[in-house]
Amino acid sequence: MPMAGEKGSGRLIVIAIPYLWLLALFLVPFLIVVKISVSQDILASPPYTPLLDLSQGWAGLKDYVSQLSFDNYFYVLSFDNEFIGAYGSSLVIASISTVLLLLVGYPIAYAMARAPRSIQPTLLMLVILPFWTSFLIRVYAWIGILSQEGLLNQALLALGVIDTPLEILNTDLAVYIGIVYSYLPFMVLPLYSALEKLDPTLLEAAEDLGCPSARAFWLITFPLSLPGVAAGALLCFIPAVGEFVIPDLLGGSDTMMIGKSLWTEFTVNRSWTSSSAVAVLLLLLLVVPIVIYQNIQARQLEAGK
Amino acid sequence: MNKNLSWFNVTSLALGFAFLYIPILLLVIYSFNASRLVTVWAGFSFQWYVSLFQNEQLIDAAWVTLRVAFISSLVATVLGTMAALALTRYGRFFGRTLFSGMTYAPLVMPEVITGLSLLLLFVAVGFERGFWTITLAHITFTLCFVAVVVQSRLVTFDRSLEEAALDLGCPPFKTFFTITLPLILPAVLSGFMLAFTLSLDDLVIASFTTGPGATTLPMRIYSQVRLGVTPEINAACSILIGVVTVAVIIASIATKRAEKLRASEERAAARG
Repeated sequence: MPMAGEKGSGRLIVIAIPYLWLLALFLVPFLIVVKISVSQDILASPPYTPLLDLSQGWAGLKDYVSQLSFDNYFYVLSFDNEFIGAYGSSLVIASISTVLLLLVGYPIAYAMARAPRSIQPTLLMLVILPFWTSFLIRVYAWIGILSQEGLLNQALLALGVIDTPLEILNTDLAVYIGIVYSYLPFMVLPLYSALEKLDPTLLEAAEDLGCPSARAFWLITFPLSLPGVAAGALLCFIPAVGEFVIPDLLGGSDTMMIGKSLWTEFTVNRSWTSSSAVAVLLLLLLVVPIVIYQNIQARQLEAGK
Repeated sequence: MNKNLSWFNVTSLALGFAFLYIPILLLVIYSFNASRLVTVWAGFSFQWYVSLFQNEQLIDAAWVTLRVAFISSLVATVLGTMAALALTRYGRFFGRTLFSGMTYAPLVMPEVITGLSLLLLFVAVGFERGFWTITLAHITFTLCFVAVVVQSRLVTFDRSLEEAALDLGCPPFKTFFTITLPLILPAVLSGFMLAFTLSLDDLVIASFTTGPGATTLPMRIYSQVRLGVTPEINAACSILIGVVTVAVIIASIATKRAEKLRASEERAAARG
């Protein structure tokens, strides 16, 4: 594989710079989170016990290990506080949202893939364009629509569908609407790219052999689109579990999601050690889906080799 | 897959796009509302745009945001392109699996974790928090998006041109800048734009990594939104939407033109 800088300093520089950057600003920060999650809060600043002192050699390390404390994990996982519930309800909300996203996104992606080739780039751009506008703005837009005196209630009252305004804002329903709305492009794009690659002669063959089109969809189209389904579902599910802005702005005070709990633990309770423990546990919860996602991503990107 | 659209397909497209666009349209329409109550229409007015430009806090925040976005997306584009080259061109090297893991993981990492971990890093090394810590944080999470965009272009790339240049004795460094870079430039530019908008947009990571004196626009908008919906915020959001829409449309037209030009050059080259 001859390529610019295959040997020598060029290759080394191109690999080393981003590698070191990610080590220093992605991996090391995680190790620090893990480390702080087993430290204890102290009242002075900085608000946790000092870092490992390596100048004392082996004795320092031994001393350090003996001081490790899993109190933060016991605290987070005890039933007296809301964290376990928040982990559970985050998983439930993210799962339901992912299913809703599939139900909403699949027909759109399917129609896009069947549209004439000439208008497909335009349709694609129309799906991506809202993604370029700020996430915060898109969530904010729904506050004006879903509130008690909001536009949706006004419209429904005017049409005579309802007599009293519906309470949607500050409920779980608003969180689902917000997640589906914000993550829809992430679901539609992988589905579209899987469906678009589908060979139309397969469906023609099924039709020629007398297979009804609905059956052909379940026997041919859907199974062949499964890689897209998996990629889209993971791309939505993983960030949705840790979502903070949507439950905070659209959800009610009883909407518990772990991203919100972590934020509150950190900014309101100012406990760095227990919010680190919350983060470590959240990451452990997401390790399996993240690894699967990485494999799909790496395989797709390296398929062209 | 390319057959005629059924009524079901047309309906799902129409409903889908209505769902995507109506909230944004309503937001823009109500930014021209004369009433202070966002949801009651009281006639057309520019007053919220006027008061927006007198709101120095918001304008300051907008400047901070633009500066962070510009610096971080430039650096992220360089680093992300390097990461993409390393992953597609250099075969196996020590710790490649870890490297590709670190490149893809931040794409789906919950923002609260990225933000918290970077903050704890900055505290641990005693870095003063503010403008530069936000910038460093943004470089880190956006470079991964750039890497994925550039990588997807690099794997579908015809290597014979590079090989020809190298065979003719062109140094690798020069080959990259005269052959490879011009060919992957559209992907590099869209990576830059993606990094720029992600940085403009970010609330959670910036809130964790900021210090006194550096407040970004999303942070300012967020703190006002928590107090309630105001037409002024609608106006600020509408301006942002307008800027982004125009930029995306210009960029897509420019890429299309560049592609057409390249295709015609390739045809001309093939004719000899």
